[in-house]
Amino acid sequence: MQPAYSVIFFTTAAGAGYGLLFILVLNATAVAIPLRPVLLLSGLTLAGLLVTAGLLSSTLHLGHPERAWRAFSQWRSSWLSREGVLAVVVYPVALGWAWLVWSATGRSLTFNLLSLLLALLAALTVYATGQIYASLKAVPAWHRASVPTNYLLLALMSGAQLMHALQLGLSPRPAASAALVPASIALAALGKAWYWWRIDRAPPPSTLGSATGLGAFGTVSVLTQPHTEENYLQREMGFVLARKHAWKLRVLAALGMFVVPLLAYLAGGLSCTVLGALAMAVGLFIERWLFFAQAKHRVMLFYGGLP
Amino acid sequence: MTALPQQVAKKLGLVIDLDTCVGCHACATSCKQWNDTGHSAPLTDYDPYGASPDGVWFNRVHTYEVSDQGHSRTVNFPRSCLHCDNAPCVTVCPTGASFKRAEDGIVLVDPDLCIGCKLCSWACPYGAREFDEVEGVMKKCTLCVDRIYNANLPEASRVPACVAACPTGARSFGDLGDPNSGVSQLVKQRGGFALMPEMACAPVNRYLPPRPRAAPSAPPLTPRVAGFDSALLRWVDRLLGG
Ligand code: SF4
Ligand code: SF4
Repeated sequence: MQPAYSVIFFTTAAGAGYGLLFILVLNATAVAIPLRPVLLLSGLTLAGLLVTAGLLSSTLHLGHPERAWRAFSQWRSSWLSREGVLAVVVYPVALGWAWLVWSATGRSLTFNLLSLLLALLAALTVYATGQIYASLKAVPAWHRASVPTNYLLLALMSGAQLMHALQLGLSPRPAASAALVPASIALAALGKAWYWWRIDRAPPPSTLGSATGLGAFGTVSVLTQPHTEENYLQREMGFVLARKHAWKLRVLAALGMFVVPLLAYLAGGLSCTVLGALAMAVGLFIERWLFFAQAKHRVMLFYGGLP
Repeated sequence: MTALPQQVAKKLGLVIDLDTCVGCHACATSCKQWNDTGHSAPLTDYDPYGASPDGVWFNRVHTYEVSDQGHSRTVNFPRSCLHCDNAPCVTVCPTGASFKRAEDGIVLVDPDLCIGCKLCSWACPYGAREFDEVEGVMKKCTLCVDRIYNANLPEASRVPACVAACPTGARSFGDLGDPNSGVSQLVKQRGGFALMPEMACAPVNRYLPPRPRAAPSAPPLTPRVAGFDSALLRWVDRLLGG
């Protein structure tokens, strides 16, 4: 599949934003951790900026961005619509939560409930993003349960990294949530390794013979293509990345997403953590690009592509 | 509404005969001509008179070679929307622009609702949807919804443009939900099949397989002139520059 930069930016930036929001609000409900309004409000602002920038960027690849509001209507059947609805619902809840933090009501029942609701909404929004891809049977590398899991784990990981950087920025004292950084990196690395291992070993879904039904009559091959120039289908879904390039990029992505941030965590300090966050952003960008570039669409069978 | 209808009154669709299709692309060009002013008009072209013309088409005719133990044959394979009963393109649409009609099962895009997110084209395993980069909306076969019910056309012309154009009669149109319709009978007689049943899209359109070839009845022809074995013939051949 052709990687769309607006969608790559959206899924990585918004993922990090929702991840940060998730950790932030759970952090606020943890009794053992003192409430720090400065941390909570600055974290919420950062998450809000990331999510909003991502959402705006996601409308860039639309043919009619001015009609984007129509996408809220079909939540009964469409994961894309559900994602949109959830993303919008997060805003008023987050504002209400921010107001409670601001007015320093402490850990009231409303505050705790609102925090939990916000954590749930953030997680659901990322899950919905993953489900958009996982619901597409026509793209075998996406039609897997591990896809939403990976989206969730990577969002958690990038959120933890941001939370850690933010805490170090506000006070040099080590925070309890810092341990989330190596833990979430380990989980996300496991999840991604599992995904890559699985898609490399997945049997080819169909062949030209089975797709056309002509396999029953012999060996099928393309004699001539239906059109001389590349069409929309080939541009959008015919994008294939050679395996050897994929491997190099996977190594780069893993270095950026997991290895460098982990080393930066061990080194400690604010500047190292910020550096780790930047490396993570680059790694995530490559990972998301690969997620598209390594996914083959079944329609390419008709053009002689796939296995 | 992008929920699929519980039940469709009719399953209008096409039956495409892979045995008689000669790959002339008449269906594709007449489709382009009719639909350029039809329900999903225009079918935009990019760089139509330039070096790499491209554009939106509802129908693409592939050509395959099928070889079996040294015998090979050419099979032409028109590909367009199959108006699936369980259309994934419809359920993924976030806006309700893609829908399946309960009255006849036709899958359509409302160009006024479509935001051009392209998700439906990703969901269709058959590549039946092509995005119009200029209009910013998705386009697909309408089964000539503006012909088949068109009272201004003579009765015989109320079929999709591709069906009307096919010079070999390789395309038939009708209600595949009615077991007694002409198209259903044809599918039954010829063992018509659905594409990619494993995708569970439940396509309505059917393809008729190429008929089995008769085994060669006579021995292969032997050349009339076995070789230039006489000096005279060799001389004539040289003279004629062979
Ligand atoms: S062939 Fe493709 S576009 Fe047509 S109904 Fe089926 S899934 Fe939708
Ligand atoms: S491109 Fe248009 S018709 Fe297709 S899913 Fe998006 S809004 Fe629906």
